[in-house]
Amino acid sequence: MMETAISYPTEGGMGKTGTWRIFRPVVDNSKCINCRICWVYCPDAAIKMLMDMPENEGKDIKGIEIDYDYCKGCGICANECPVKAIKMEREEK
Amino acid sequence: MASIKNFPKEEYVLKGHAACPGCPITIALRTALKALGNDVTLIVPASCSAVVQSLVPKTSFNVPVLNIAFAASASAASGVAAALKRLGKKTIPVVWAGDGGSYDIGIQALSGALERREDFIYVCYNNQMYSNTGIQRSGATPYGAWTTTTWTGKKEMQKELAEIVMAHHIPYVATASIAYLDDLYEKMKKAKEMEGPRYIEIFSPCPPGWRFDMSKTVEIARLAVQTGSWVLYEAINGKIEFTSYSKMLLKGRERKPIEDWLRMQGRFRHLTEEDIKRIKEAIDEKWKYYMQIYNKD
Ligand SMILES: Cc1ncc(C[n+]2csc(CCOP(=O)(O)OP(=O)(O)O)c2C)c(N)n1
Ligand code: SF4
Ligand code: SF4
Ligand code: SF4
Repeated sequence: MMETAISYPTEGGMGKTGTWRIFRPVVDNSKCINCRICWVYCPDAAIKMLMDMPENEGKDIKGIEIDYDYCKGCGICANECPVKAIKMEREEK
Repeated sequence: MASIKNFPKEEYVLKGHAACPGCPITIALRTALKALGNDVTLIVPASCSAVVQSLVPKTSFNVPVLNIAFAASASAASGVAAALKRLGKKTIPVVWAGDGGSYDIGIQALSGALERREDFIYVCYNNQMYSNTGIQRSGATPYGAWTTTTWTGKKEMQKELAEIVMAHHIPYVATASIAYLDDLYEKMKKAKEMEGPRYIEIFSPCPPGWRFDMSKTVEIARLAVQTGSWVLYEAINGKIEFTSYSKMLLKGRERKPIEDWLRMQGRFRHLTEEDIKRIKEAIDEKWKYYMQIYNKD
C-alpha cells in the first residue's frame, strides 16, 4: 500500500526566509500609535506588538518588533503604517 | 463590528513559509484562522496554497490540512464532514481554494456539495488567475487583463461565482477583501456559527501575477473596493446586504476613478482608451443595478 506523506507544523518550513530580503523595514517606535495595522497585514507574521509580549503586560508601551529572521522585506507594513513609523532601507550585503 | 484591535493573538500561519513576499494568501489565511480558530480541517487543492505550506516533512500551517486533487475539494470536504459527524466532532471542514480551482476546475464538485447541503465552509481566495503555474487566465480574470494565455489582454468579462453559488440557496454567501480584514473576520465568525454549506470569496491581489510592487498588495485590494470594481456583501439565507466600504458606496459615496486602480497594475498597461471605456461602463452598469435592487431601507 502506498504511504501518505505527512508534514508537521514547524517554524521556518522554508528556512530563514529573512535571507530573501532586499529592503529591510526599520521602525521608529517613538512614532508608533499601536494601531496594529502592520501586525495584521504582514503576510509573514513577522511583526509582534510590544504590548502583546508577556514581559510588557500592564505597561503603557508603544511599538513593534520585527523578526528579521523571517521578514521577507515586502514593504507592506511601511506602505500601510498611518504615521509613517516604518521605513524601508536597502540591505547591506 | 469586529476590530483588528480585538483579533486573537494566536498565529496559525507560521513564520518562514514559502509564499512570495507580499502574498495575499497568507494575509487572508492569518485573519481567517484567527476568526475560525484551530478546530478546523483545511482542504487544499492544487494551488499556490498547496506550495505555500512548505515542503514535506514540514508545514507552515498550524492546523490539520488535507491536500487533494484539483477538481476534488468540495467532494473531499463532503467526505471529511461525514467522517467528523460520525466521530461526533465539532471540527469544521474548510476548503481553501484558488479561483482556478473554484470558478473553473472545482465548480462541478462545489455545485454538487452545495446542492447536497453538505456541512462545510468553502473559501475561494480570488487572485483572478492561475498563479501557481505561472499566470494563466481563469474564469475570474477580468476583461483586458494580461496573462500568459491572454497576452494581448483577455477579451471576455469575468463571471461572478458568488452569484452562481447564491443560486444554490445556501445559508451564507459573502465576498470579502484582504484590505478589509475586520469585515473578513466578521464574516468568518458568522460562517463559523452556521450550519450547512457556507461560501466566502476573498479578493486577493497577487504581486507577480498582476505585475505590481509587492508593497502594494493591500493598497490595490483597497482601491478595488473604493472604485467599485470589487464589491463587499453578504447574503444570509439569500438576503443580500452590502458591508463595509461598499455599503457607503451604495448609500451614495462617490466611487474613485477606475483608472487609478488600473494604472497601478502592469497587467493592464496595454489597455486602449476604448478598453478603459468598456471597463468603466461595465462597472457603472453593475452599480446602477445594485442601486435599483439593494439600496432601500
Ligand atoms: C488536474 C490538474 N491540472 C493541472 C494541475 C496544475 N496546476 C497546479 S496548481 C495550478 C493553478 C491553480 O490556480 P488557482 O486555483 O487559481 O490557485 P492559485 O495558484 O492562483 O493559488 C495548476 C494549473 C494540477 N495540479 N492538476
Ligand atoms: S516588510 Fe513585509 S514581511 Fe517584513 S515585517 Fe513588513 S510586512 Fe512583514
Ligand atoms: S502600523 Fe505603524 S503605528 Fe501602527 S502599530 Fe505598526 S508601526 Fe505602529
Ligand atoms: S504567486 Fe501570488 S498568490 Fe502565489 S504565492 Fe506568489 S504572491 Fe502568493
